[in-house]
Amino acid sequence: MSWPVLSVKDLTITYNSSAGLVPAVRGVSFDLAVGESLGLAGESGCGKSTLANSLLRLLPEGTVTSGEVTIDGQDLFALSPGGLRAVRWTTGAIVFQGALHALNPVQTAGRQVREPMHVHETVASDDEARVRSRQLFERVGLSANLLEAYPHQLSGGQRQRVLIAMALACDPQLLIADEPTTALDLMVQAQVLALIAELREESSLSLIFITHDLSVLTCVADRLAIMYAGRIVEQGPSMDVFQNATHPYTKALAAAFPTIGDPASRKAPSGLAGDPPTPGALPSGCPFHPRCPLAEDRCRTIEPDLRSSGQGREAACVLI
Amino acid sequence: MLTTEQPESRGRTRFILKKMLGSLLTLVFVLVFNFVLFRIVQSDPIGSLFRGRNVPAAKIADLRTAFGLDESLWVQFWAYVRQTFQLNFGISYQSRQPVWNEIVSAIPATVALVGISAVLSALIGTVGGVIAAWRRNTWKDHAITSGTMVFYSMPDFWLGMILLVGFAVVLGWFPVGGMTDAGTSATGVALLLDRIHHIFLPALTLTLAYLGEYALVTRSSLLDVMGEDYLTVARAKGLRDVVVRNKHAVPNALLPVVTLTAINFGFVLSGAIAVEAVFSWPGLGKATADAIRGPDLPMLQGLFLLFSAAVIFFNLLADIAYAWLDPRVEGA
Amino acid sequence: MTSLAMQRRRATARRVLTQFRNSRPGVIGFAVLLVFVIVALAAPLLADVRELNPVFARAQGNPQWAAPGTFGVLGTDHLRRSVWVQFVWGSRVSLFVGLAATVLTISIGSVVGIISGFVGGRIDSVLMRITEWFLVIPFLPLAIVLASILGRNVWNIILVIGVTSWPSTARLLRAQVLTVKQRLFVDRSRSLGAGNAHLVARHILPNVSGLILANATLAVPISILTETTLSFLGLGDPSSASWGKTLEEAFVNGAMVRNAWWYFLPAGVGILAVVLAFTLIGRTLEEIADPRLGQAR
Repeated sequence: MSWPVLSVKDLTITYNSSAGLVPAVRGVSFDLAVGESLGLAGESGCGKSTLANSLLRLLPEGTVTSGEVTIDGQDLFALSPGGLRAVRWTTGAIVFQGALHALNPVQTAGRQVREPMHVHETVASDDEARVRSRQLFERVGLSANLLEAYPHQLSGGQRQRVLIAMALACDPQLLIADEPTTALDLMVQAQVLALIAELREESSLSLIFITHDLSVLTCVADRLAIMYAGRIVEQGPSMDVFQNATHPYTKALAAAFPTIGDPASRKAPSGLAGDPPTPGALPSGCPFHPRCPLAEDRCRTIEPDLRSSGQGREAACVLI
Repeated sequence: MLTTEQPESRGRTRFILKKMLGSLLTLVFVLVFNFVLFRIVQSDPIGSLFRGRNVPAAKIADLRTAFGLDESLWVQFWAYVRQTFQLNFGISYQSRQPVWNEIVSAIPATVALVGISAVLSALIGTVGGVIAAWRRNTWKDHAITSGTMVFYSMPDFWLGMILLVGFAVVLGWFPVGGMTDAGTSATGVALLLDRIHHIFLPALTLTLAYLGEYALVTRSSLLDVMGEDYLTVARAKGLRDVVVRNKHAVPNALLPVVTLTAINFGFVLSGAIAVEAVFSWPGLGKATADAIRGPDLPMLQGLFLLFSAAVIFFNLLADIAYAWLDPRVEGA
Repeated sequence: MTSLAMQRRRATARRVLTQFRNSRPGVIGFAVLLVFVIVALAAPLLADVRELNPVFARAQGNPQWAAPGTFGVLGTDHLRRSVWVQFVWGSRVSLFVGLAATVLTISIGSVVGIISGFVGGRIDSVLMRITEWFLVIPFLPLAIVLASILGRNVWNIILVIGVTSWPSTARLLRAQVLTVKQRLFVDRSRSLGAGNAHLVARHILPNVSGLILANATLAVPISILTETTLSFLGLGDPSSASWGKTLEEAFVNGAMVRNAWWYFLPAGVGILAVVLAFTLIGRTLEEIADPRLGQAR
């Protein structure tokens, strides 16, 4: 028996900006079973980070959300502020991108790792928190004396490991990793990936791994979901999707990454002309049609829904 | 990368030493500048001393020799430096007392007034700025921002005049000036109460006049910080909004405010000139205002040196505070 | 100038104007300032300048210390002069000194900042050292000392404010020039053999002019407040009645103890309004010149 730790139904997220309403996520649904790992891929601006942040209700005020998110059996959008705080970090924790300012520059790494333990009272004393943070650092491969270091004294890889240790502080059931390997060099990227794979083997951790780099996902994700313009356009078992893509966009994306972590391919994957559409001004019909090599006339008017495209697989394209 | 036990302490020591050296250089500059200002720009100090009065030429010549004005500039400069370090700034034209004694006797009044107002304005202004930024574009933000801007835009002494007329002349709640009641023999608690009674209005004036800057700087600094990812992380950890604000946002946003506070401490010492004059507060500011009327140039020179030294000192303090608060400061 | 460059410049001007019109604080500030500029320009029509002369005021039979309503719009002072006339003519002096001192401040600051940022090297470090020193010298005491030594007239006040308040402008402009310099197109036109004068005139200046304008607008309040304080401390020009001078005379002649609020209230309100107007306009221009600020405010 495995009920989903996370269930997302028809999630729609619209930003309310000065330029008007901007749809970032448009009707996304998926389930995540205990211990399962889902890879979420797409170019920047496709809504994958918005989706990740919405799973703990971290979006800015004024953002309009509809649909249903059930996390560990609780209706996320019906939670009281206190209930929401209790869910955060204990049920689901996020590994943020370490290259950005995800760590507070004026606090030591150790203090920031211990903080959630104190907030959620998963430790009885500060001593216990210290012991646990030392264990966490060991587990992510950091020397314990780095607990007293400030973020600027750490390398990019070390910062990313601190963020992973921090996410594990309260033993969450679900880990959401938002581009945890971006901006790391190749060696470190591989080490961080290996660490995340290890952590999954050790426990029944469920994982959502978000990246623009499809090839990275094949090592950590059981299932892949490809996002384009705020929707999932293809999903299925990760090796199947990667090696035998059905959606033209997935094909282009898979072809774009012959090697891991080629920085030049980050923004504009080769073999895929043009830029992703801006969320505020989506093209009519299938939003991918202006860049699609196989586009037909009907693609301009019809926006297809996900439909079965093989065993356990779905894609949203009129050609299927 | 962390290589030794505490690399930052060494880096910080080097940083602070560098800043100290810089301050020393600045002090030298101020000394030279002061010399140029008073000895060279003002080409005939003796003449201006007796401006408009009929003084025998022989007496002027005597005085020129006495002041060493016949010597070469180098000799004069050397004498000036020596005297400055002996705290010998000459004799005040007005009181006929040594300038340094006059200054020393006025320091406590100014330090009390400026100290209280500087601390209060920094505290209230910072809190106001934090509230305004955290509740951006709400009525609280608009009220705080426009209120502080109005106080920021008026001459501080004019605000003092209005408060004085309103609360002292019309309502009679406070004395119209001075530091104690004339001829009072009060001691102990009674004296303290009398002092508080007297300092209230000038301190209120300066506090209102200065808190605007703190509120505006804190607000924009906090707004900068509010976009940072570590605040999203803090929220994701399940922290309360207030905790996110006070433990993560404010400590980072306050770094520039701390610098501003320390620098302002140096400047408010001299900034209270007109306000002290309005309230006849017997401090350095009133001494300056009185010296202008002369003009009592030795007094002005001494005050100018003191004010400059205060700014330099508090600037240094600002750098040290920054190095202490921001772990990223490392000599570089 | 080619017509293309002209078109581009006109388009920029239009954009700035539209953005400015959409900013409520900017429009309010502009409206307030406009009122005071009109008052200053129309002073001869609004108030008889002879009224500023105590002898004339006495000959007119004006009462002394008359409250508003009992005599004239704003009453009279200890010398029987109309406060309204002082207010109207004071706006002229205060605005003139504020603007002229700002022009001087911005000129010195821009020249130092642009040379420092553009030339770089040793000249840059020397100029920045000097700038830092001037930043440290307490501004008001220096102004007081200079004014005391130079003597009391309007031009000296302008000179004193200009000489004491340029350093922050210099620092700001240097930073901006460095940014502009790093942009590719400067290198490109240098490689085409453009001279330094050409680079500054065609590439640096157009790119920093917005910032200079915003900075100048924000410098006016400081100039006006400094003039007010210097005048209040008795360093003003005895022959020209600025608002600060009015405040000084009110203070010295016991208007406060008499509760003759009409004597010192109008001048202060005038200063407050003009300073606030320039601040609002300046902040709006700053946001337009640097859109990043707009989000932060």
